[in-house]
Amino acid sequence: MKKGSLFQRLAAAPHILWAIMFIVFPMIFVLFFAFTDADGNFSFSNITSLSQYGHVFVLSIAFALIATVICLIIGYPLAYFMSKQSPRAQKMLMVLVMLPMWCNLLIRTYALMALLDNGGLLNSLLEALGLDKLSIVGTNFGVILGMIYDFLPYMVLPIFTAMTKLDPKFIEASQDLGCTTWQTMTRVIMPLTASGVISGITMVFVPSISTFYISQKLGAGKIDLVGDTIERLFQNPSTYNVGAAISLVMMVLIIISVTIMNRFSDDKQPGDPKAGKGGGIMP
Amino acid sequence: MKFLQRSYIVLVFLLLYIPIIVLIAFSFNEAGSLAEYTGFSLVWYEELFADEEALTSLRNSLVLAVSSSLIATVIGTFAALGLHRMKSKWIKGSVNTVTNIPMMNPDIVTGVSMMLLFVAFAGILGTSDFLGFGTMLIAHVTFNLPYVILSVMPRFKALDVSLSEAAQDLGCTPSQAFFKVELPEIVPGIVSGLMLGFTMSLDDFVISHFVSSPDFQTLPLYVYNQTAHNVKFSMYALSALIVITILIILLVVNFAGSFGKKGGAK
Repeated sequence: MKKGSLFQRLAAAPHILWAIMFIVFPMIFVLFFAFTDADGNFSFSNITSLSQYGHVFVLSIAFALIATVICLIIGYPLAYFMSKQSPRAQKMLMVLVMLPMWCNLLIRTYALMALLDNGGLLNSLLEALGLDKLSIVGTNFGVILGMIYDFLPYMVLPIFTAMTKLDPKFIEASQDLGCTTWQTMTRVIMPLTASGVISGITMVFVPSISTFYISQKLGAGKIDLVGDTIERLFQNPSTYNVGAAISLVMMVLIIISVTIMNRFSDDKQPGDPKAGKGGGIMP
Repeated sequence: MKFLQRSYIVLVFLLLYIPIIVLIAFSFNEAGSLAEYTGFSLVWYEELFADEEALTSLRNSLVLAVSSSLIATVIGTFAALGLHRMKSKWIKGSVNTVTNIPMMNPDIVTGVSMMLLFVAFAGILGTSDFLGFGTMLIAHVTFNLPYVILSVMPRFKALDVSLSEAAQDLGCTPSQAFFKVELPEIVPGIVSGLMLGFTMSLDDFVISHFVSSPDFQTLPLYVYNQTAHNVKFSMYALSALIVITILIILLVVNFAGSFGKKGGAK
């Protein structure tokens, strides 16, 4: 084999330079800001002041976990049933899953708000029927509902892709060998679609824990999540340091949870929480 | 059983689509209210198209998406080539890990990290007016790069090395061998990387939110600002237009046959 030419060896250089400048340096600056005060002196005060944001972290983690679990409960059977439809129907359903993914998150959240808001369609209908209004917007339930609504397709798509890649012969074999439907499900289908579940969980959990638009709109500004806190702290240069510290903690939290999750998956795929979005557009 | 399965599918999709359908339906509502439907009207669309800011931000979005995806595609394609040929597993692995950071991180962290970089640079240069098209372009190229590399890399892996060697034995320089023999083989990967980058850039709100200035607003930022305080029915109209455009594109891409089979982002 010929040795790579100079051209080929240097081909990655612009990218490496770019990655150092605009991926590594920004990360270093997050670290730097997290461990300095507003004058640029080394300090632990940002990290120690994080205790006052403890409840915000707990709330965000709880919301993201609940949303992820519900998305899995709704999404797994959906993906399974979808995979049992005719190929033509599958293709159409796939488009229907992807359409919301390709629509901007702001639009989907705004659409949900139009339905659930106090002056929204649901409450207008309830009022016309002489029933009590439901206040969903501005409650914890509203925010979690927003997360589920916005991110459900991200759970369904990777699981559905894993289902369609499943060789039907395995299912037939398990049935021939005497598995009940339930045993086939838990011993064959579930383990073989675990990688899809893992990417689905990542793709719902990460945006849920870091969102600020959903909590702004469906929480009506009353519910403060980590994302809202970071967003607010970065409005004002004097609070950049605390903001950086919170971002750092969130990043570490996510890296830890993604690493733990990938342990469960046999599939050695690169951790690409968003790749499914593009992975599906051109099947 | 089949019936139950279908009912479940229909139910979930109904719940998923009711808000979007409501949004589209009420974008045509003359009353500008969700409480009453007074009749079909295009008044909100007229208001939208009369809004100079909306059209400017659409143009900005397209300019940014085209330029950032093109730059990312050029850098990313060469990166995939270089990484593919790289002997050192260690460098390859670390470059891949670093490249994937923007994909693993929540957008908000990517956004604030880039903002801090720009703040620090601006501090060194002694300027305060630093956010704008340039910073947006840098940010968008950065988050597009991993998608381009992910799309192009498999094409290089599938490439037959002997083809390039044959070309060089027959007198091509290595760069000629690349442009004449290998490039045509990897073009489908490049095209899907480009399209992926284009749509990611068009769709991005969170990262842009932190690295933009009011002088250069993209469509998602415009929607964000417009929806910050009260309900605006021209935003319903804009959303309806976006949803319908995406639906048409998805249907064409998925059902037009040959085009879809060539790409394949993964």
